[in-house]
Amino acid sequence: MNNQQPLLSVRNLKTYFSLDEGQVKAVDGVSFDVNPGQVVGIVGESGCGKSVTIKSILRIIQKPGKIVDGQILFRHNGDSMLDLTQLNAQSEQMRQIRGAEIALIPQEPMAAFSPVHTIGNQIEEAILLHQPVSKQQARKIAIERLREVGVPSPERRIDSYSWELSGGLRQRAMIAMALSCNPKLLIADEPTTAIDVTTQAQVLNLLRDLQAQHDAAIIFITHDLGVIAQIADFVVVMYLGRVMETGPVDDIFHNPQHPYTKALLKSIPTVTSESGSRLPTIEGAIPHPFNRPAGCPFYPRCIEMMPGTCNTSTPSLQPVTDTQSASCFLYHKQTDDE
Amino acid sequence: MAQYIIKRLLLLPFLLFIFSIIAFILIQAPPGDFVTSYIAELAASGSAVDQAQIDALREQYGLDQPMTVQYFKWMGNILQGDLGVSLDWKKPNNELIRERFALTLALGVFTFLITWSIAIPIGIYSATHQYSFLDYFFTVFNYFGVATPTFMTALVVMYLAFKYFGISVTGLFSPEYVDAPWSWDKFVDLLSHLWLPALILALDGTARLARVMRANLLDELKKPYMEMARAKGMSEWRLVMKYPVRLAFNPLVSTIGWYLPLLFSGSLIVATVLNLPTIGPLLLRALIVQDMFLAGAIILIYMFLAVIGTMISDILLAWLDPRIRMEGS
Ligand SMILES: Nc1ncnc2c1ncn2[C@@H]1O[C@H](COP(=O)(O)OP(=O)(O)O)[C@@H](O)[C@H]1O
Ligand code: SF4
Ligand SMILES: [Mg+2]
Repeated sequence: MNNQQPLLSVRNLKTYFSLDEGQVKAVDGVSFDVNPGQVVGIVGESGCGKSVTIKSILRIIQKPGKIVDGQILFRHNGDSMLDLTQLNAQSEQMRQIRGAEIALIPQEPMAAFSPVHTIGNQIEEAILLHQPVSKQQARKIAIERLREVGVPSPERRIDSYSWELSGGLRQRAMIAMALSCNPKLLIADEPTTAIDVTTQAQVLNLLRDLQAQHDAAIIFITHDLGVIAQIADFVVVMYLGRVMETGPVDDIFHNPQHPYTKALLKSIPTVTSESGSRLPTIEGAIPHPFNRPAGCPFYPRCIEMMPGTCNTSTPSLQPVTDTQSASCFLYHKQTDDE
Repeated sequence: MAQYIIKRLLLLPFLLFIFSIIAFILIQAPPGDFVTSYIAELAASGSAVDQAQIDALREQYGLDQPMTVQYFKWMGNILQGDLGVSLDWKKPNNELIRERFALTLALGVFTFLITWSIAIPIGIYSATHQYSFLDYFFTVFNYFGVATPTFMTALVVMYLAFKYFGISVTGLFSPEYVDAPWSWDKFVDLLSHLWLPALILALDGTARLARVMRANLLDELKKPYMEMARAKGMSEWRLVMKYPVRLAFNPLVSTIGWYLPLLFSGSLIVATVLNLPTIGPLLLRALIVQDMFLAGAIILIYMFLAVIGTMISDILLAWLDPRIRMEGS
């Protein structure tokens, strides 16, 4: 698949929430790699653990959530791989990585900006946190960034509040903030769900352009297969806190291996790059997080389910073609049970 | 912002006009006009009734003229700074109210400062350390604070101070300063007496405010902007102070407005128990003996404070929250 060293390597990540009602295994053994300059799309139905995965990477999971196992290897300062799970979430080192080397573009830019501080104030803050510049310089950089992401008359807009901007401009301002410190990895958590379809396309194009210019890698999260087809190089399909299948975008769309991926693709009318095709519904309901089935998480809804195998042990993610991996007993016998 | 403030200021005379009518109706409520009662009182106490003085009073207040004229005469006097005379004390109301008003205000400001400087840190700590030992401790403390009537606290403190320290904690001055003219020493004496009633009065408000601050902040701590600020690499302490605390303040600021008049009336029982020379007991007595011009003057001042307080709140809120500022202009 690649002969480069990855920028980020998530290995067997497990993040659980301990609630009074029981344990929610929001992320339960997720593995994937992100190479420099690559756009990795993570796709999956709502609640499958996409956001928890990226919050774990940023180490901003709040109580009662906790990373209980796994590694998050990040190529820090361009050389050695640093395991982020081993750092204190509040440590100086982790805070220097957050925002400077790994930046977040959130789902709802309206709620992610403080309503009583100007967007300029918040972008400059991100710059001042990580760069040795004066306030005036930070403001200059912020204006430049706003211009770069296509905010008209940024000298004026920098003093606006988030609620004075349109949805599209707000998300652009967020992108400007994320880019402000030249991160090596951008994480976009469903960045286009809160905006209309036309603006969505513009924002996707913008991200594509910026990614090329800055040579940053992107983890792009969405539940929209159309968006994945437009933006991603490589796809990670998640279901109930686990990775079902990974592979290059063309292979995933034209030669899916895992029964879940196949079901997803089958239920959209056209597998073109039409945006707005929501993640389709598949027969059967997603199990409740407290009530996860033993064995393959997909078995209650899988049409190829093999009784006695799929409902007793959990398949691990293994290479199944030259480019794709899948966790499914149709292809291999390796389990994930300790 | 300037536009917003001007708008508010323009409303002020109108509100005061309405309130003055209410106060006037109150004065008129008891039967008979006050000069008649005044004569009756003078006669009862055996003093000579000076007809010239009585005529002057009737003339000054327009008592033989229609209500509207009486109202405008009364208002005219007030606008010139004359609040009338007290039948009960046989003194100008201005004189009676002036010092008590200043003391009440001093007590109020002190209580306010104590309340906020204790309650806000407790609220912030409790919200950021939810379900910790100290959070539970403060919660229990707050329940006691809210549940215990302030006058009970005052009585308990009085009893304890007397029993164990042999000191009397009533009043705002030591005996030698009560009637003394104002001096630096008298001021220091006041401060040494003021803190205790202020503390007692602050207890209730502190408990309430700490609870509200905790609840507001807990709401804010769940907002997505918290996650964003964390993802930027801000330290937890700095981001909590900059964003959620700032936002949790907004609803509190609007309570400052009714804090002013509330403190005046709310402190009534405590002021009576502790024998404080503040305005509350003066109003109570004026109402009991139907000293209506004094009562009316005090009520007018209360209403004035309520309006001023609300205005201060509104302006503070507009200053803190740009969304309100924009809406107003
Ligand atoms: N703070 C939390 N407390 C308890 N459970 C949580 C919390 N955050 C997320 N979860 C659970 O984790 C699972 C994955 O959530 P999430 O990662 O937000 O899904 P999505 O893929 O839609 O982003 C969900 O089942 C959710 O209930
Ligand atoms: S392991 Fe079994 S149940 Fe799971 S996807 Fe494969 S065939 Fe279906
Ligand atoms: Mg999500």
